[in-house]
Amino acid sequence: MQSNESILKVRDLKINFKTYAGTVQAIRDVSFDLKKGETLAIVGESGSGKTVTTRSIMGLLANNASVAGGSIMFHDKDILKMSQKELQGLRGAQIAQIFQDPMTSLDPTMKIGRQIAEPLMVHKNMSKSKALAQALEMMKLVGITDAEHRINDYPHQFSGGMRQRIVIAIALINYPEILIADEPTTALDVTIQAQILNLMRELQEKISTSIIFITHDLGVVAGMADRVAVMYAGKIVEYGTVDEIFYNPKHPYTWGLLSSMPTLDTNGAELPSIEGTPPDLLDPPVGDAFAPRNEYALNIDTEQEPPFFKVSDTHYAATWLLHPDAPKVTPPEQIIARQQQYAKMQQELAEQAREHHVEEEEEQP
Amino acid sequence: MEDQNAKKVLEVSHLKQYFNVGKKDEVKAVDDISFDIYEGETFGLVGESGSGKTTVGRAIIHLYHPTDGSIKFNGDEVVGMKDKAKLQSLRQNMQMIFQDPYASLNPRMKVRDIIAEGIDINHLAKSKEEREKMVADLLDTVGLNRDHASRYPHEFSGGQRQRIGIARALAVEPEFIIADEPISALDVSIQAQVVNLLKQLQRERHLTYLFIAHDLSMVKYISDRIGVLHYGRMLEIGDADEVYNHPLHDYTRSLLSAVPAPDPEYERTRTQLAYDPKYEDGSKDRELVEIAPRHWVQASQDEIEMYQKRAQEQGLPLV
Ligand SMILES: Nc1ncnc2c1ncn2[C@@H]1O[C@H](COP(=O)(O)OP(=O)(O)OP(=O)(O)O)[C@@H](O)[C@H]1O
Ligand SMILES: Nc1ncnc2c1ncn2[C@@H]1O[C@H](COP(=O)(O)OP(=O)(O)OP(=O)(O)O)[C@@H](O)[C@H]1O
Ligand SMILES: [Mg+2]
Ligand SMILES: [Mg+2]
Repeated sequence: MQSNESILKVRDLKINFKTYAGTVQAIRDVSFDLKKGETLAIVGESGSGKTVTTRSIMGLLANNASVAGGSIMFHDKDILKMSQKELQGLRGAQIAQIFQDPMTSLDPTMKIGRQIAEPLMVHKNMSKSKALAQALEMMKLVGITDAEHRINDYPHQFSGGMRQRIVIAIALINYPEILIADEPTTALDVTIQAQILNLMRELQEKISTSIIFITHDLGVVAGMADRVAVMYAGKIVEYGTVDEIFYNPKHPYTWGLLSSMPTLDTNGAELPSIEGTPPDLLDPPVGDAFAPRNEYALNIDTEQEPPFFKVSDTHYAATWLLHPDAPKVTPPEQIIARQQQYAKMQQELAEQAREHHVEEEEEQP
Repeated sequence: MEDQNAKKVLEVSHLKQYFNVGKKDEVKAVDDISFDIYEGETFGLVGESGSGKTTVGRAIIHLYHPTDGSIKFNGDEVVGMKDKAKLQSLRQNMQMIFQDPYASLNPRMKVRDIIAEGIDINHLAKSKEEREKMVADLLDTVGLNRDHASRYPHEFSGGQRQRIGIARALAVEPEFIIADEPISALDVSIQAQVVNLLKQLQRERHLTYLFIAHDLSMVKYISDRIGVLHYGRMLEIGDADEVYNHPLHDYTRSLLSAVPAPDPEYERTRTQLAYDPKYEDGSKDRELVEIAPRHWVQASQDEIEMYQKRAQEQGLPLV
């Protein structure tokens, strides 16, 4: 489903907020691509800038926000330069969003059929009866049983999981090219979460939408993402394919993040945690913002910001540890185990490729 | 944690908590459940949304009057307790930490007064100086700064706010703490900090916890024993490792198979088990039966053999 064609290009994005205490530099030079049909997960600590990044893609920044630089190219047009009218045409049509709490994005006083049909009437000038017919199809597609009878129900008549399905139906009714999902399953329990995630995967196959998925549940990321971007203090510090980030992470912040989540196999007295608090974005530190909390910090980290070092064609990390002259460090235990698994996977892949190669040769006359 | 002669801090038996009794919308939120919690252990309660976890917690801490059943705390019956001195001691010895660290802290009160609320109600400080010192010590304990006492909740991050909630619960030196989704609202790195803090406090103060959460990996990590709740009924109880590694009830199996792991390879092959509720429908009388030592499953008389076979297949000894 994925292709190499980028449908969204974010470059050097800088976003500030004016507050009574000063200017918060919330997004500090963020660049990434979103490819057609892929799921890109953005992970990172609370306050690292995940939501602000995606809201700027929707053209939905708060009143006290200002774009201090950069561009967001969507089909050769810069979203940051679009008029309100153009943005309204974009939202809910080509780019749609689902939020954490389904109740806040649904209108409690409107029948759900009407809510799902509305984007069709607004963006496609469709007649009400035709839009409602399509809404009914969409309700079936997202797995609302007995859709014919429930189309005239109100949101409060549905359970949390069903409401999130309705929100997804609204977001997808126009077959958007980009779907932004900001913690879409955090409020749901594992059983319902599994249903919603399966639904998102299926729908992505059907309508080949690209998804930007924000969550703090790394288990969900492992199952959903093709690629992962890790954010810290308003910057992306590492990005790569889901395997590269989970099995061969290079940034100490990514190490900390992966180690602090227990799995069903974790035992022991103490969970590794990242001590300390993130930096104050009113006055971001010089050098690497993670340095004060980083047990692997080098002297240079407090002086100069690390550039991105290339790990592979698809994997980059901004840490001085990747500099050729940097001392070799031993990552946390859990990370070493992950790297070993990665080595094994790579070896298996190589063997498979070799076998494949041999077979092909044998087939030749 | 618990052994044969360990003391029972809490004994819940045949607890029923119905809402809107006799009306059309009657809800049997908790329907005849029994379990014990031993001194110094963490009992984890898991189950899907609406299964009755919070209701159990609120009934135990005396916020509801149970429809039926008994709740004993240190041997004293809590249901219908009227004795003022006993109620006072109950309130002091049992504390609850809530899910949403923001909603549960009064935004107009300074951190000092939030933390000291229990101290004041229970007259635990003899002077203003002593009160101040107790607050400062509590802030220390939960890893906050003494200067934080004169700030307001909105000046803190989610993790820090949850620490304030923990300090408030600790202020009255309780023996038993009910933590209802204490970390669900926090991000991964802060979850680890709060969980480590709870564990450390347990070691130092010999606390007993009822830990409620929907994140099964975290519950397994923190709990000694686990109870699985579904539709207000307890379906399985056992040691945390055993319930996770050798679940006996179909519901537990299905629930565990839905937990995503931070491991893409595993995720690509993980298959979720569909759940067929045939072993918990209303057609039979069922009660918790000890199948393997300390491992209980809700079963009818004619289902016991099936569960024994399941246990044996997984190499568990039978009772
Ligand atoms: N309207 C605003 N005014 C001032 N600061 C803001 C505003 N909106 C966001 N911020 C700040 O911008 C930074 C990034 O916030 P953002 O909501 O993107 O974080 P996030 O990564 O989505 O976190 P979470 O995981 O908690 O949702 C934070 O420091 C936040 O306090
Ligand atoms: N005060 C009340 N009046 C009526 N029904 C209630 C009340 N409190 C809870 N319920 C119902 O009782 C059932 C159990 O609710 P409870 O809050 O205990 O579930 P839970 O397991 O804590 O779920 P969650 O994981 O979503 O917090 C639900 O069906 C709920 O709607
Ligand atoms: Mg956010
Ligand atoms: Mg609850």
